[in-house]
Amino acid sequence: MDFELTDEQKMLSETVTRFVAETYDFSKREHALRSADGWSREAWAALAEMGLLGLPFAEEDGGFGGSGVEMMLIMEALGRGLMVEPYFATVVLAGGVLRHGASAAQRAAIVPGVIAGERILALAHDEAGQARHTLAARTTARPAGDGWIIDGAKIAVIHGQSAGTLIVSATTGEGLGLFLVDARADGVSIEATRGYDGVPVASVRLAGVAVGADALIGEAGTGAAILDRSFDEARAALVAEAVGAMAETFDITVDYLKTRQQFGVAIGSFQALQHRAVDMLMQLELSRSMAVLAALSLDGDADQRRRNIAAAKAQIGKSGRMVGQEAVQMHGAIGITAEYKVGHAFKRLTAIDALLGDRDHHLARLVELGGVYPAE
Amino acid sequence: MNLEFTPEEIAFRDEVRAFFREALPDDLRRKMINREHLEKDDTVRWQRILNARGWAVTHWPVAYGGQAWTPAQRYIFQEEMALAHAPEGSPFNVNMIGPVLCRFGTDEQKRRFLAATANLDIWWCQGFSEPGAGSDLASLKTSAVRDGDHYVLNGQKIWTTQAQHADWMFGLFRTDGSGKKQQGITFLLLDMKTPGITVRPIETIDGGHDANEVFFDDVRVPVANVVGEEGKGWDVAKHLLGSERSGIARIGLSKERLSQLRSLERRLAAEGVLTPAEHERLAFKLAEVEVELRALELTQLRVVSADAHGGGANAAASILKVKGTEMQQRMTELVLELAGPAGLATAGHDWVSAAAPFYFTMRKVSIFGGSNEIQKNIIAKTMLGL
Repeated sequence: MDFELTDEQKMLSETVTRFVAETYDFSKREHALRSADGWSREAWAALAEMGLLGLPFAEEDGGFGGSGVEMMLIMEALGRGLMVEPYFATVVLAGGVLRHGASAAQRAAIVPGVIAGERILALAHDEAGQARHTLAARTTARPAGDGWIIDGAKIAVIHGQSAGTLIVSATTGEGLGLFLVDARADGVSIEATRGYDGVPVASVRLAGVAVGADALIGEAGTGAAILDRSFDEARAALVAEAVGAMAETFDITVDYLKTRQQFGVAIGSFQALQHRAVDMLMQLELSRSMAVLAALSLDGDADQRRRNIAAAKAQIGKSGRMVGQEAVQMHGAIGITAEYKVGHAFKRLTAIDALLGDRDHHLARLVELGGVYPAE
Repeated sequence: MNLEFTPEEIAFRDEVRAFFREALPDDLRRKMINREHLEKDDTVRWQRILNARGWAVTHWPVAYGGQAWTPAQRYIFQEEMALAHAPEGSPFNVNMIGPVLCRFGTDEQKRRFLAATANLDIWWCQGFSEPGAGSDLASLKTSAVRDGDHYVLNGQKIWTTQAQHADWMFGLFRTDGSGKKQQGITFLLLDMKTPGITVRPIETIDGGHDANEVFFDDVRVPVANVVGEEGKGWDVAKHLLGSERSGIARIGLSKERLSQLRSLERRLAAEGVLTPAEHERLAFKLAEVEVELRALELTQLRVVSADAHGGGANAAASILKVKGTEMQQRMTELVLELAGPAGLATAGHDWVSAAAPFYFTMRKVSIFGGSNEIQKNIIAKTMLGL
């Protein structure tokens, strides 16, 4: 039992944190949001340059074979900057499906482009009217010749409009399958919009989209298991991102309490606000602990992994809401203006709770699993 | 980073676990499981069993009977103790006066008191709070006036836990009222049999009698019983109150209570005592508590790990007392809810009849030793710079 980072991990954390602080300040982010893509190609290239896009991929795929801990450190740093670039969509979420399901040939065809920053991926799984965060889909894939024909509609496809390759979940005769789909293929139409957190999000329609046999990731019917594993990895990353966003929000708020003067004194001298700031610190530290737990649970026993990840996601749902709301309240009116970072952090924290299962979803999951602690 | 204990730590855990299983008397275990009140003799008996094994005062310096354990071993020991339903020894002896005497005591004081304190041959109580000095402890007024080689004490202490059992008291007394209130306070040891001491019980809302008022009427205490220097008692008290951080959150205790809650929940649902809707709601509440307990457990482990690497102040450590006490209180709420109307009667010897007294008495844990509001003041000042 040891929670110290190695020297290499410390260096990674410092490097990425410094990169975000120095090159991705609030005005740069605003600039990226106003661009046609809605995110910064320049920042993306820099992340590629630093090798961060390859971090979780295996060495034989050209990556660095990084663990959950390295992922946690990167996501926390990106969370501090509220970065809207497709790191989560491409490297974590869709990348996770490749890592846990794709064949060597599929990985060889796609991963190098991802690592170089040239190929954006997006996972198209959620559907309107489906049970939330289910591992099933109404979109269908039926065999046709050597390949498949896919029909259906997807929502909440993060960075869908920028993706060159979509990973689409669809029901086959044998269960859920995951398919690589070229975003420019005939029958694919993408409706781009923007999430309230600034992150681009899309709806995708698939009308008679033909794909080859080599488009199927794993086998027809293994999609749910691949998603189950990939989603937990993605949840751990979201928990770490939330910790970064909370830490940034907290720091800004404590700074504001020290500088904002009312009634002739710094408002941080008021005990009502001091205690609330301490309550924020507590939520931040509990969340930090859960980010560590989530990161360390990914490669172990699957049952324990599910319990720990659900607990971590449930924790940051509560903590993120509390920290976000309190930060806005303690700032007063400035907290709800679009020109101030705190409000945007609040929005991102709100979105993180909604992604891949909110607090109630994971509490319900824990009830089903028999609790956080396995029975003796 | 890793979550696993080392093979050495696991071997240690097994050794500790086996000891608790063998050494804890059955009647004590039963009382602990049923949340029954422990008699003085119960605590004495258990502390002497621990002491015979060398495990009564493990965090004292080795020279005075402590163990040279790592932070992880200390954590394991405390967790196993809770999971085995073993009581803790006297906190006043083990966690308070013992470490103070090891640090500030004269050779004579160490010789006279330490071994007897470890073995609970002397039962200590703590004379800090006064009617006018609670959270603002330094405003205490009970006076100690020098008269030759004695001090003469006059005034009153209050909330003195288990003073009715105590052989000796350690406490804070005002020897000089002229300067800042933190100055002029002296840390004294006094024999409770000294003439002029009156102990009066305070009944508390759980129906128990743990707290007392202690009155001093010209009580003569030898000057040799000063700990540290005259007028420097505040420094001694700060050392005592800044007690060790491993174990302050009582994670093991809360885990043990949680597993008890879980089995109660299942039983009551199976018996049909809870409707399906009630059961569903309860299951959610338990899941919520478990999530927070897991987060707190990991926070404690982060502190244990940081201590193993040199320690120092950190934000994680600062939250343990507040969150740990809130967690303990939350457990008692849930037990009370599970007990339902059967919990109204408190005469039996089982968890149902113990639920309400336990709930009411545990309100104290966020008050004593520096209330949670005082803790937040301290965190705001020291960690946030507010």
